[in-house]
Amino acid sequence: MAADSYDDVAKNKESIPELEVAPQDLYHAKSFWTKYIFCQDAKVIGIQYALTAAAIGMVGLVSSWLMRMQIAFPGVIPMDAAAYYQLVTMHGMIMVVYLLTALFLGGFGNFLIPLMVGARDMVFPYVNMVSYWVFFIAVLILGASYFVPGGPTGAGWTLYPPQAITSGTPGGDGLGIVLMLVSLAVFVIGFTMGGLNYVITILQARTRGMTLMRMPLTIWGILTATVLALFAFPALFVAGIMMTLDNMLGTSFFMPAIVQFGERLTYDGGSPILFQHLFWFFGHPEVYIVALPAFGIVSDLISVHARKNIFGYRMMVWAIVIIGALSFIVWAHHMYVAGMNPWFGFFFATTTLIIAVPTAIKVYNWVLTLWRGNIKLTIPMLFSIAFIITFVNGGLTGLFLGNVAVDVPLSDTYFVVAHFHMVMGIAPVLVILGSIYHWFPLITGRFLNERLGRIHFWVTFIGSYSIYFPMHYLGFMGVTRRYFEVFEGDNFTYSITGINQFITVAALITGAAQFLFFYNIIVSSKFGKKAGKNPWKACSLEWQTPDVPPTHGNFGKELPVVYRWPYDFSVPGADEDYITQDTPPSAVANAKAEQT
Amino acid sequence: MSNNKESLINLLTQKPWEPAQAKVDNLHEGKTFNLHVGKLGLRYIMVVSTIMFCLFIVTYADRMVYDDWIRMPEPFLLWINSLILVISSLFFIRIQLASKKNNFEKVRRELVLIGVLAIIFLIGQLLVWQNMIEAGYYVSGSPANGYFYVFTTLHGLHLLGGLIYWVMTIKKVWKLDDSIVIRKAKHTVELCAIYWHFLLAVWIVLFGLMLFS
Repeated sequence: MAADSYDDVAKNKESIPELEVAPQDLYHAKSFWTKYIFCQDAKVIGIQYALTAAAIGMVGLVSSWLMRMQIAFPGVIPMDAAAYYQLVTMHGMIMVVYLLTALFLGGFGNFLIPLMVGARDMVFPYVNMVSYWVFFIAVLILGASYFVPGGPTGAGWTLYPPQAITSGTPGGDGLGIVLMLVSLAVFVIGFTMGGLNYVITILQARTRGMTLMRMPLTIWGILTATVLALFAFPALFVAGIMMTLDNMLGTSFFMPAIVQFGERLTYDGGSPILFQHLFWFFGHPEVYIVALPAFGIVSDLISVHARKNIFGYRMMVWAIVIIGALSFIVWAHHMYVAGMNPWFGFFFATTTLIIAVPTAIKVYNWVLTLWRGNIKLTIPMLFSIAFIITFVNGGLTGLFLGNVAVDVPLSDTYFVVAHFHMVMGIAPVLVILGSIYHWFPLITGRFLNERLGRIHFWVTFIGSYSIYFPMHYLGFMGVTRRYFEVFEGDNFTYSITGINQFITVAALITGAAQFLFFYNIIVSSKFGKKAGKNPWKACSLEWQTPDVPPTHGNFGKELPVVYRWPYDFSVPGADEDYITQDTPPSAVANAKAEQT
Repeated sequence: MSNNKESLINLLTQKPWEPAQAKVDNLHEGKTFNLHVGKLGLRYIMVVSTIMFCLFIVTYADRMVYDDWIRMPEPFLLWINSLILVISSLFFIRIQLASKKNNFEKVRRELVLIGVLAIIFLIGQLLVWQNMIEAGYYVSGSPANGYFYVFTTLHGLHLLGGLIYWVMTIKKVWKLDDSIVIRKAKHTVELCAIYWHFLLAVWIVLFGLMLFS
């Protein structure tokens, strides 16, 4: 809207309908069960999501330890090939879907959206509660697959047919694959309920003065990621249902004619490639469903801890939206070796390279935000800087793999493993860890222990690089991923064995550091240094609640009114180096925000 | 509330840090669309469902080019079931009009009829299944069979979900104490009607697809 129309708007103010959400009827819990278990408060639901995701994430972490032990020190932990493939599969699926997606959108989304946009709660609190419990059931179904005959599926996290549902693949002819597919379908249903809340709360329940372009980038990231999920998860759902029918009822949607052990199976004419297209139509946006909230959150962390407004706010918003849109036309770069038409590969290689442009813009903007900022090397800032470095590393190797000619020889090697772990494993996890250090004082009213936090950071950062940097070299040397035993025979040299052992030791140490982090959380939530209100001197609304931690309804009697964007740091003329979003212009009459 | 005529480009090019823009933004009521959250929520659900069905249709188009695709027969009962859905939608138009005129006696009566029609439709679909199975068109036969059972199941499940909301709507229109309750009941009736029209549209697309391919 043009600025000169301000007077017109003011004149017509009485014609503006009343706020729809302000007098929201909140559900007030009356018992322990409705306050902490079947709770409708988004903050509690966010914590429930986070704890459940962290719990199943521990299973994923321990799985990776066991895998690494098998690769580097075979025989130390007794394991056959089937068990190894089950570990690989469960690690991948747990980390991508049940940990990262659930934690970013279910955990951070629930906790932060109402607080950051100035709402009392989500617009459909009951549906929100159901969303969490459906997610919980999905996790239980996934967990149940460990206890069925044959164990969980070992098909690899991509679950490609025909091998995923044929005997010979662990869990392929038992309940393992069925439980995985059902769990994913249930997860999608639960997520749709949650996503409904995230999107509509952001669009319709913001407080007065909170325009879309005044929202913190965290919210832009979560909003765009949720919209991506809205389009992408149905593909997983459709693929899951069709493969379940192939497995249980003998349809041939994906299953081609197969002869197994001399016996012709009943399947005929199905298209495994069709599954791959569906899977990656979900799978690639999934990368950004994880990455976009991380982009948003890290932007806010950098701005707060560098005491500087985010560089290029509008361009950051555009980049988030453009990356989100482009993420739907790059999926087949995961399928270069599937035998596609070269022109098809050319198209997807081009779009893949194009998506690097808005992504690079974001990286430049983070760096330029740091440039001449009053950088505080707090733990959230350390994690944020580590994220930028890691994301650039992982992103650059993505440029290699996005090119067909380079991808083909590197396909299915440890180079790919290194790339995607850096870009969508370690990088988002660094943001998650940094943001927990940042928002822990809001959640509990106390700081996490500083010394333990710094140990945690350095071990995690150096440890992650010790794990994944050498993997690039393994990939160049042709070491293939998903091999149960990598150094039997003449193909691999002694140096590869040494590198694998080094990686495994690093993985054990880095994983152990996460238990130090959990210890810090448990101890600091009770005995940590008291934080008080707005300890980081941030501008956004979540820190402006009358109570810390915020209570039910978030903002006391009156909802806050927003007068500015959330990045008014170091404004010339202002008494302090930050002006909160709810500070009226009259309270900072000398501040010249436009000069920042 | 934002100006609905404001284009996305205008929105995304705002400079929120500039004082002139700040004056405009300070008057913003916080809503993006001039829509009730319930209506927006329903649209969200319809978008997700539409995407899901579209993806099924894409796979259908991909799968039907293979040699093992054998067309299924077109039982007459499917036409009758389709007619039931059309009648339901027509009744919902009448219900919406009656609701606008505060004729809640008629709304209640015809809402009950909607429920009865929905149950008849579902029984009709099960009868079609039975006929197909008796005629040897099993789910594991041609992929066309598989899609027929998948489409009818998913559409039926959507209708069952709609019946849950229909029960809530019936409850709301049965007890109309004051003007706020009446307003909420009218809103619920409208949402229920939109969902029923959506289910009809989905069915027409799916039925048409199976009929002409």
